[in-house]
Amino acid sequence: MKKENRLRYIIKEGIEDTFYIWKEEWKNVFKDSGVMIFFFLVPFVYPLLYAFIYDNEVVHEAKMVVVDPSDSFLSREFTRRVNATADVEVVTVCSDMAEAKKMLDEKKAYGILLYPGDFSKDLNAGRQTTVSLYCDMSALLFYKAFLLSATEVSLDMGKELRKHNHPSSTDQLDQITVTPVPYESVALFNSQNGFASFLVPAILILVLQQTLILGIGMLGGTAREKNRFHSLVPVSRHFSGTLRIVFGKSLTYLLLYVVVCIWVLGIVPKLFALPQVGHPLSVLLFILPYLFACIFLSMTLSGFMTSRESPMLVFVFTSVILLFISGVSWPEASIPPFWKAVGYLFPSTPGIQGFIRINTSGATLSEVAHEYHVLWIQAGVYFTTSCLIYRYQIIRSRKLIIQQYQSIKERFDAKKGL
Amino acid sequence: MIYKESLHRIWLVAKREMRRLVEKPIYLFCMLVAPAICVIFFVSLMREGLPTNLPIAVVDMDNSVNSRNLIRQLDAFEQTKVSMKTMSFTEARQEMQKGNVYGIFYIPSGFAVEATSGKQPKLSFYTNATYLIAASLLFRDMKTMSVLASAAVGLQTGLARGYTNDQLMGQLQPIVVDTHPIGNPWLNYSVYLNNTVLPGVLQLLIFLVTVFSIASEIKYSTTRKWLEMGGNSLTVSLLGKLLPQTVIFTIVGFMICAVLYGFNSFPLQSGWAPMLTAMFLLVVASQAVGTFMIGVLPTPRLGLSFASLFGMISFSIVGFSFPVQAMHPTLHALSNLFPLRHYFLIYIDQALNGRDLFYTIGEYAWLSGFLVLPFLIGRNLKRALLEFKYLP
Repeated sequence: MKKENRLRYIIKEGIEDTFYIWKEEWKNVFKDSGVMIFFFLVPFVYPLLYAFIYDNEVVHEAKMVVVDPSDSFLSREFTRRVNATADVEVVTVCSDMAEAKKMLDEKKAYGILLYPGDFSKDLNAGRQTTVSLYCDMSALLFYKAFLLSATEVSLDMGKELRKHNHPSSTDQLDQITVTPVPYESVALFNSQNGFASFLVPAILILVLQQTLILGIGMLGGTAREKNRFHSLVPVSRHFSGTLRIVFGKSLTYLLLYVVVCIWVLGIVPKLFALPQVGHPLSVLLFILPYLFACIFLSMTLSGFMTSRESPMLVFVFTSVILLFISGVSWPEASIPPFWKAVGYLFPSTPGIQGFIRINTSGATLSEVAHEYHVLWIQAGVYFTTSCLIYRYQIIRSRKLIIQQYQSIKERFDAKKGL
Repeated sequence: MIYKESLHRIWLVAKREMRRLVEKPIYLFCMLVAPAICVIFFVSLMREGLPTNLPIAVVDMDNSVNSRNLIRQLDAFEQTKVSMKTMSFTEARQEMQKGNVYGIFYIPSGFAVEATSGKQPKLSFYTNATYLIAASLLFRDMKTMSVLASAAVGLQTGLARGYTNDQLMGQLQPIVVDTHPIGNPWLNYSVYLNNTVLPGVLQLLIFLVTVFSIASEIKYSTTRKWLEMGGNSLTVSLLGKLLPQTVIFTIVGFMICAVLYGFNSFPLQSGWAPMLTAMFLLVVASQAVGTFMIGVLPTPRLGLSFASLFGMISFSIVGFSFPVQAMHPTLHALSNLFPLRHYFLIYIDQALNGRDLFYTIGEYAWLSGFLVLPFLIGRNLKRALLEFKYLP
């Protein structure tokens, strides 16, 4: 038996080559400033930027104007209380709607509170009265702030008026007639309904996938531009087996992204005090298949990149779609089946869902079992496809070498024949 | 160079550019396919306007006629679907953590008896606030339900005491808040998001294509040929190069407007002209910013990275989801540097609210102002084009 065919020799050579390729890829990454941007600069800067943009979490002191034809003690009290809420600031009291509308046109305010002329008269007579709230819909959060504050004040004042108009023997009895069925509402896991706590965790996970796709895609495109025959794999003795290439390269990316993950998922949430109630071990176990799936997906996609720049042109805009398809802002339950299916092609979809639930809602791994399984399946499938891609590339470049060798030989033979 | 010759040269460069655009499929993808994918995706995703039938769990500890009636009414709300009843709160919470429900409605035991006998049983509801949109819609429905439940009991006891309906309404809810969301009374999310997201995608793609088309001249060392064709004038060469792209992107932008205001009949108080003008200005302003980017960082990788970063950040800083006024003060000023921000403000004023042009003219001026950028960086860009060697 030839030495090259012995299994032990093949395995030994395979492992050596894997580490050789790992080292080569490591060098490629650090040599290429474009790739460094995606692997380090973007994951470093992006989470900071987003966290900074949404740092205030909620809208405070949304500007509102009041039109008060009633101009009574009760209406002024209502205005005063709305102004006192944290969410709304009453900028001024206008004499009529035209003036108030002008304030909106000039963006000096984003909402109008209009009292009816007999606001106080109706209330004192025990009749129901209606205040109208007009909102500029440029931002839904303004609308929410106005609506919640005005409703709260209207309920509170309503109760007091009722007590005042219909005094009962005891406070207790008052309470019972005013609210026979009280209620309480709790916003779980993100108690202040904060915008950063809602969106930033999803962005963090998405950034990991997108930078991997862009970085690995760029490495692939560069290899195609640089190598002979525009092939993904260089012509070299070490790059002769599929598995060693896939293992060697993915090892590089995995090691790099362990560092990136510590920053993105460990430090950034702490810096901006984002909710982080998940068990670290659950997060770790969940992120592992996510990284595998992302890396192998990126390696598969990199097979189709023919130039350095194409990944940026092709994949950057997909971030917007992927964020929505993940079901974090537009609820998963309302995503049409077709897009749901498309979503399953990308690790970010189960990745974001699972991570949010573990990290923000404190779920255990068994409660995100579905997402966890999907990630492992994706990792398996994309591992296979990336092997196929590299296999094809190796065979292709071998064929081209043989072709070239033969054409040279033919020419040589023809010369000799002369 | 005389005027006529310039025109001729612009035409020559434009013809050359058109050939380049056709030769590489990546241009076709970025200029036509990608915007089409996004339009189809977002319009079909939010076809309903509001997410409907969001699943919640009900924990019914009372299990009486009244509590079941309450659940049925809650289920009848358009946004809420009672997808499961659980025996304990813990079970419901686990379902929430599994992602099966977005909210929990808790009815305590003895609810029906206590409510009518004045013992004030408390209804509780919980929303998963990690999903902000789902949570706020469910909050609205469950709160309405709780208020109604309270009112129903009050009405019942009140009627028994001999009050009339009118008298009772004046007592139960003396002050009603009647909301009028101007321009978007349905609180339609598709109106709210797509009017900004789709132009945002277009802006991103324009940045990328503008940078890439100039950068690829550097990459394949064709800059001298390009400049020669433009009579060694950067202005002429740039105009010729960008003009075909302007035409294509403007058509794509108008198609987006057609889908938004024509096909979907979204609010268009101002009529077409102000929005189409804004769209055209967004296209040229974005091209100007793209040119500026490659002028500042005249290598393909840095230029494109800059374009990607700037394009993606604009979705957040434009303030259509989280208002700019609520951000850190430094970001107020920074947001002006993004063409999409001004387009968004025009959209709010014109299409959504139908305000007088007088209030919006400043934003149009801002968008036009971006056209100065290429002139600021012109000298740097020209030097780069003439001297830079492509380094991968």
